[in-house]
Amino acid sequence: MSSANAPDLTRDDGRTRREAVVRLVFFVCAVLSVLTTIGIVLTLLSDSVAFFAEVSPVQFLTGTSWSPANDPVNFGVLPLVTGTLVITIGAAAVALPIGLLTAIYLSEYASDRARSVLKPALEVLAGVPTVIYGYFALVYVTPALATIFPTIDTFNALSASLIVGIMIIPMVSSISEDAMSAVPDSLRNASYGLGATKFTVSTSVVVPASVSGIASSFILALSRAIGETMAVTIAAGNTPRLVDLTDPAGVFLNSIQTMTAAMVQLGASDVTGQSIAYKSLFAVGLTLFVITFAMNLVSEWIASRYREEYR
Amino acid sequence: MATDTRDSTSFERVSRAKDIAFEYLTLGATLLGIVALAVLLSYVAVDAVGWLNWQFLTSPPHPMPEKAGIFPALVGSIFLMLLIALITFPLGVGAAVYLEEYAPDSRLTKFIQLNIANLAGVPSVVYGLLGLGLFVQLVSLGYGSLLVAGFTISLLILPIVIISAQEAIQSVPDSMRQASYGMGATKWQTIKNVVLPESLPGILTGTILALGRAIGETAPLIMIGAPTTVFGVPNGPLAKISAMPMQIYTWAEYPDKAFQHGVLAAGVVTLLVVLLSINSIAILIRNRYQTQS
Amino acid sequence: MTQQNVTTSESDDDSSTASPEPGSGIASNGTAEAETTTTRSVIESRNLDVYYGEERALQEIDIEIPAEKVTAIIGPSGCGKSTFLRCINRMNDLVDSARVEGELLFEGKNVYDADVDPVALRRRIGMVFQAPNPFPKSIYDNVAYGLRVQDDTENLDERVETALRRAALWDEVNDRLDESALDLSGGQQQRLCIARAIAPDPDVLLMDEPASALDPVATSQIEDLIEELAQDYTVVIVTHNMQQAARISDKTAVFLTGGELVEFDDTSVVFENPEHQRVEDYITGKFG
Repeated sequence: MSSANAPDLTRDDGRTRREAVVRLVFFVCAVLSVLTTIGIVLTLLSDSVAFFAEVSPVQFLTGTSWSPANDPVNFGVLPLVTGTLVITIGAAAVALPIGLLTAIYLSEYASDRARSVLKPALEVLAGVPTVIYGYFALVYVTPALATIFPTIDTFNALSASLIVGIMIIPMVSSISEDAMSAVPDSLRNASYGLGATKFTVSTSVVVPASVSGIASSFILALSRAIGETMAVTIAAGNTPRLVDLTDPAGVFLNSIQTMTAAMVQLGASDVTGQSIAYKSLFAVGLTLFVITFAMNLVSEWIASRYREEYR
Repeated sequence: MATDTRDSTSFERVSRAKDIAFEYLTLGATLLGIVALAVLLSYVAVDAVGWLNWQFLTSPPHPMPEKAGIFPALVGSIFLMLLIALITFPLGVGAAVYLEEYAPDSRLTKFIQLNIANLAGVPSVVYGLLGLGLFVQLVSLGYGSLLVAGFTISLLILPIVIISAQEAIQSVPDSMRQASYGMGATKWQTIKNVVLPESLPGILTGTILALGRAIGETAPLIMIGAPTTVFGVPNGPLAKISAMPMQIYTWAEYPDKAFQHGVLAAGVVTLLVVLLSINSIAILIRNRYQTQS
Repeated sequence: MTQQNVTTSESDDDSSTASPEPGSGIASNGTAEAETTTTRSVIESRNLDVYYGEERALQEIDIEIPAEKVTAIIGPSGCGKSTFLRCINRMNDLVDSARVEGELLFEGKNVYDADVDPVALRRRIGMVFQAPNPFPKSIYDNVAYGLRVQDDTENLDERVETALRRAALWDEVNDRLDESALDLSGGQQQRLCIARAIAPDPDVLLMDEPASALDPVATSQIEDLIEELAQDYTVVIVTHNMQQAARISDKTAVFLTGGELVEFDDTSVVFENPEHQRVEDYITGKFG
C-alpha cells in the first residue's frame, strides 16, 4: 500500500490539551461532592474529639440527663435519643401504613388520569417547608388535639409526630410505588388466572414481590424523620427528658426534645467557639449524622437489590 | 348459616365486598395527607386575611403585631436564592456532565455516585454545622452573613441539582451524540453544542425546584448564627441577613395570639406564594419543553 | 447445513430470476479480481478482530475497499456488519466494552495506531446513521455543524448550499433554512443528515442502513442519491436489504453469523454466482 497520500491523523496538541482541561474542570465539580462529605466528617469529628476529651464517650452515650447550658451541666444524650425515637415511632405509625396503602392504590387501582393528579399533589406534601409544618402543628393541630386530650401540653410529641408523619408520606409512597410498578404483570396475571381478586393480588402477590423496595422506602422515611428539625423544634418543644414507659400517654402528650431540636437550641443561643456546650453541639451532630448516614446506606443497598431483581 | 357457606353466590358477594372495601381504604389513605394539608392551608389562608397587605410586605419587623412586616426577610430570601442559583447551577451541571459524559465505569465513579445519593439524605441541620465549622469558624466569613448562608445552603441542595441534571442529560438520545462524534466533533464540542442545549430545559426545571427547597430551609440558617431579627436590607456579601423561614421561626416563638393567628399566618402565606411562583416557573419550562418535543 | 444444501439446487432458477440486477451478469470471477487490482483501495483491514467484553463480534476480517465505488455490506442481523462499519471511523471507541485487534488501514495508515486521534479520523470519514438523527437545530445549523466544529467556517453559506444541493434537498428547503430540522419529513431528514455528513467534504462516507426507517419513495430517493455520491466519494453502506445492495453497489461483502466475512466480490458475482454455498443460501433466503 502506498503511503504517499497517507493522511495526517495525528493529534492536535492544542485541541487535546483543551479537552483535557475541560475534563478536569468537570471532574473537579464531581469531586466537590466527595469533599463535602469529607468536610462534614472532619468538621463534626474535630469538635467532637475536643468534646470527648472533656466528657467521656461512655458518659455521653449512657447519661440520662441533658443540660448543656445550665448548672449542673450534664451531657447525657439518651434523653435526646429517646425523644427522637418517640417522634420517629409516632411518625412511622402515621406514614408507613398510609404511604404503603397509597402506593398500592397508585400502582394497582388508580387510573392514569387519577395518578397524574394525585402524584404531584403528594409531592406537594414533601415540598412544603418544614418550618411551616411546625407552625401548623403548634397553632392548629395541638389546639385540635386538646379537645380530645385535655391534658396535652402546648408543646407535645403527639402533634409533632403526626405532622412529621404527614410530611414523609410521599417518601414511602413514591419509592414503594416504583417497586410495585416494577413487579412484572405476568406475576399478577398468574394470580388473576386462578380467580384471585384485586385485593388478593395486591396483598399476596404485589406487596411480597416488592418487599425490598418497600423496606428501602421505610428506612429512608424513618431516616428523614430522625433528621427532621424545624417541625419538631417548634411543635415538640425543648424539654429533654428520658421516656417514662410507665406513663405511655405522657410520652406523647408532654413536651420532649429531639437531637435536632437540642442542636437548634444550642445553635440559636450565644454559645461561643471554645465552650464545651458549643462542642457538645458537634457531638450530637455526629451522633445524628452516623445514624442517618447508616440508614441511608442500608436503604440504598436494599434498593439496589430490588432493582436487580426485576430489571 | 353453616349450611350456606358453600353457596357460591354468597361467597362471591363477600369476596367482592372485601375487594371494594380495600380499594376505598387505599383511596382514603391516598387522600388523607392531601386533604389534611389542604385543610391546614385553608386555615392559614383565612388567618392571613387582613394581615397580609402592602404594609406587611414593605415593613421591617416590629414588636407590635399591627406594625410588623416581612420586608427584610423577603429581600434576604431573594438575595440568598440568587446567590445559591449562581453557585449550584454551574457546579451541579458540571458534576452531572462529568458523571454522565466522562466518568469511566469505575469504582471511583460508583463511589462518587453513592456519595451524592447519601449527601441528599443528610439532615439539613448537619449542613448547618458544616457551615458553622467551615465557613464561620475556619474561613471567618462572619456569623449569619449572606455569603455563609449562600455557601451552606448551596452545598445542601447541590446533590439534588446534580441528580436532576443527570436525569436531564440521560434523556438526551444517544443518536444525537453519535451524530456529533460522527462529524468529528470532540467530546467538549458535543457536550457544548448538542448535549447541554438539549438537556437545558430539564436542568433548569430541576435547579429551580431545588431552589424552592432552598428557600424554605431554616435549620442551617440557625446553625450559622443568622440573626433572629434584621431590620434592613443586606448591603454586601458579608452583611447579616434574614430570610423568610427564619423570620417565621422567630415569630412562632411569640405567644401573642395576634402573632400566632395573624402576622405569622401572613408570613407563611408569603413564603408559600413565593415558593409556588418558583415551582410554577419550573413547571412552565417543563411543559413548554414537553410540547416542543 | 449439508441437508439444506441439497434442497437449494432446486430453487436455483428461482433465485437467479429473483436476483434484481438482470443486466449486470457480465462479471465473472476473473474480471472481478482484475478490477480489484487496478482500483486503488482506500480502506483495508488486516486480521481485524472486535470483542464486546468476552464476546467476539468480528473474526479476522481481511478486506480492501476500493476508492470512489459503492461497497455494500450485507448479512443477517447480529453478523457484525454495523460493528465493522463503526471500526472504520472508530465509533466503537465510544462503547466501553469494545476492544479491537488487528489493523485497519485508511489511506495506508493504521487508524488504531497510538498516535491517531479518532476526532481527526472522523473529520475525514463521514457517517450517516440508521434512523435520521438531525440535531434539534435549524436546517442551516445542522449542515454547518461539521464545518463549525472543525473551525472551518470560510464561505459557510456557499458550502451549506453546495452540500444541500448534492444531497438533492436544496430545492425543498432553500426558503426555510432557519426552520427546525425536526419539522422535515423522515426522508428529508435523512437527506439532511447526508448533507451534514458531506458538507466538510470527507473522503469516505459510511452509511449504516440509511433507508431502513424510511418509506419506499424516500428510500428510492436515497438510493439515487447514493449512486450520485459515488462519483466523488468512497461509499460503504451496510444494509439488510439485499435488493438494495444489488441495485446500488459495485462491490458486496457478505458477513455471516459469528462475525465472519464469508465472501467479498463484485456485486454481480455475489448475487449471481457466489463462491460459497452458505452465501447462496443466505441470498436466496434459505437461512438467515
